Amino acid sequence: MELSGSEIIIQFLKDEGVEYIFGYPGGAVLHIYDALEKQNDVMHILVRHEQGATHAADGFARATGKPGVCLVTSGPGATNAVTGIATAYMDSIPLVVLTGQVPSHAIGTDAFQEVDAVGVTRACVKHNFLVKDLNKLAETLKKAFYVATTGRPGPVVVDIPKDITAPHIKIPYEYPATVDMRSYNPTFRGHPRQIKRAVELLLSAKRPMVYTGGGVILDGAHEELRQLVRKLGYPMTQTLMGLGAYPGTDPLFIGMLGMHGTYEANMAMHECDVLLCIGARFDDRITGVTSKFCPYAQIIHVDIDPSSISKTVSADIPIVGPAKQVIGEMLKAIDKTDSEIDKPALDSWWKRIKSWQSQDSFAYEKKKDLIQPQEAVEELYRVTNGEAFITSDVGQHQMYAAQFYHFDEPRRWINSGGLGTMGFGLPAAMGVKLAFPERDVACITGEGSIQMCIQELSTCKQYDLPVKIINLNNRYLGMVRQWQEFFYEKRYSHVYMDSLPDFVKLSEAYGHVGIRVDKPGDLNDAMVEAFRLKDRTVFLDIITDQEANVYPMISNGKAHNEMDISPLQQARQAELKKKGELV
Amino acid sequence: MRHIISLLVENEAGALSRISGLFSARGYNIESLTVAETEDPSLSRMTITTTGSDRIIEQITKQLHKLIDVVKLQDITEGNYIEREMMFVKVKAEGEPQRSEVKRLSDIFRARIIDVTDTTFCIELTGSGDKLDAYIKAMHENNIVEVVRSGSMGILRGERALTL
Ligand SMILES: Cc1ncc(C[n+]2csc(CCOP(=O)(O)OP(=O)(O)O)c2C)c(N)n1
Ligand SMILES: [Mg+2]
Repeated sequence: MELSGSEIIIQFLKDEGVEYIFGYPGGAVLHIYDALEKQNDVMHILVRHEQGATHAADGFARATGKPGVCLVTSGPGATNAVTGIATAYMDSIPLVVLTGQVPSHAIGTDAFQEVDAVGVTRACVKHNFLVKDLNKLAETLKKAFYVATTGRPGPVVVDIPKDITAPHIKIPYEYPATVDMRSYNPTFRGHPRQIKRAVELLLSAKRPMVYTGGGVILDGAHEELRQLVRKLGYPMTQTLMGLGAYPGTDPLFIGMLGMHGTYEANMAMHECDVLLCIGARFDDRITGVTSKFCPYAQIIHVDIDPSSISKTVSADIPIVGPAKQVIGEMLKAIDKTDSEIDKPALDSWWKRIKSWQSQDSFAYEKKKDLIQPQEAVEELYRVTNGEAFITSDVGQHQMYAAQFYHFDEPRRWINSGGLGTMGFGLPAAMGVKLAFPERDVACITGEGSIQMCIQELSTCKQYDLPVKIINLNNRYLGMVRQWQEFFYEKRYSHVYMDSLPDFVKLSEAYGHVGIRVDKPGDLNDAMVEAFRLKDRTVFLDIITDQEANVYPMISNGKAHNEMDISPLQQARQAELKKKGELV
Repeated sequence: MRHIISLLVENEAGALSRISGLFSARGYNIESLTVAETEDPSLSRMTITTTGSDRIIEQITKQLHKLIDVVKLQDITEGNYIEREMMFVKVKAEGEPQRSEVKRLSDIFRARIIDVTDTTFCIELTGSGDKLDAYIKAMHENNIVEVVRSGSMGILRGERALTL
């Protein structure tokens, strides 16, 4: 088969099994767009901004486990994609981003729409390539997919000069089914002796704790994780990125940990004597100040990326390997060993955890006339039977979503954890909806975040992507306001969103349904209506309590056992103490 | 602690910037970095000298390893190794006794004079970084016109080697 560079790109994508690409055309990719137009196998989704393309591809990848694919033009197309690439990079999401480049002979001349895409993206990709030779195009694309999807996944950029895609230069094409890269060999097996040591330590624990992250989801290790935790009967916590790998409604799950995690999860982290960490990376939002992190624990750390181990917190038993394989081997080792769990110790450990749980650290007070953001999420959870795919933006609403929507399955909770990218939620929801058209997909957002990629409402219309937007509208950049309230004596510097658009009219202008809710009593009806309108994109503009804060909270420089609890909980505790019911 | 890390790297445009970019992005020190193509033209050999606590050095080697262009690496300071750096020094040499003094000093350090004009000498010296420092210190400061140092390179003693 003799194909041009553009045809090779499209044919390769077909051969690679790519169904959707998200993109935006321009001069440097005109040849590729022409080849796209002549076929029907790879569907192109025309977004409204390249950031939207990367987030949509990212949402697709997070929901399906397959790589997301983008196509953008040179210069501004590439730079607009950077935020989405960095977002995927921080959360280890497999993305392949094809960027057009000025013709080879013009590179380095400050040509029209020239930007050094390989240089610009270097710090936020797993790897990137500049294609210099048409004969290497197919091989390079294969390498890009291979690198993006194996080991610790991540985004890969392939920069393609326009001349490489010229329609009249054709070369033989064969799909490169395999790749050989001497410089890239991801680990496929954890060290057996380390695994055995880990299991012995785990079984010897008096106060064990299991802490897992997004790596478990990325590696599809949730079944193994469930078996392991249930076999041990140990308490477990998950990071913001890990939610859903272990069921959110299971009693062994004691809530998310970290800055806005549950009191019990953080206390248990602080007090545990053996910590099993799988596919998490001891991020600063998780650990609080590292010098006070898990002071009594011996730490087992399982991760596919050696550089994640002992980066911020040193591991006593490091295991480099894929979560699924390593947990599988742990299960076998537990069956084989004579060592047993210390049942009485575990029972009294659980008793302590139960006492922390009685704190009810997410509790909030409902008000008659004012919608609390938490109750909106709780209502969403009820109305969707806890089965929706939820994407989110970044801010208070994101934390409420993580706290109050209990994910029982992996890949349902889709948010920008590492980079914290406002604007992620709506385009990500589009990617999810494309992958799962029959499923409910909702984007929990704030009036600040939604405006960062609101143009994608137009894409929702063009491609019939009936996602539901749950806008927790507090008229504030709430998370920033909360920090200003706590740490800057309520000097609210530039966090009030004056002159907000009328979101109902705005969504109508885009051809969608808009519903405003400002009474707690109307929440249920509005949500039911939003999901009843199966084929419509619905924008629920929910006017919430402006002053609501996310609790509990570990402030900067604090340890897990130094969480701040909400004023409501402080009052309740004082009450209980007075009655002598609390020791 | 000071470490010398030897790397075999794909001889691709961009490999060097990935590696130097890693050091700047993560705030690691680079004392010196040398790079040249190897006998296999698809590979470059790089030597990086850096300083940091054990933990930082561990991170540096792991992060370098993670770069797709890095084929193999070795912290040669963990073994028995030889280290050399090369230096050119251009000094003022305007008549006697200056010219003899420079020559004598160079002899002591086993440096070679490789270029001579009426007013200057150019001297070549190879050795450990300390030796090069010592030579410069011994030379009168106002005599020195220009110093060019290659940065360190190193190799393991004995049979151990960094090869594919
Ligand atoms: C692109 C980007 N810019 C700035 C921030 C900093 N930031 C974090 S949360 C937040 C406020 C978000 O406001 P909103 O979307 O209304 O959510 P709320 O906190 O009010 O629920 C800001 C500005 C960010 N995370 N991302
Ligand atoms: Mg807000």
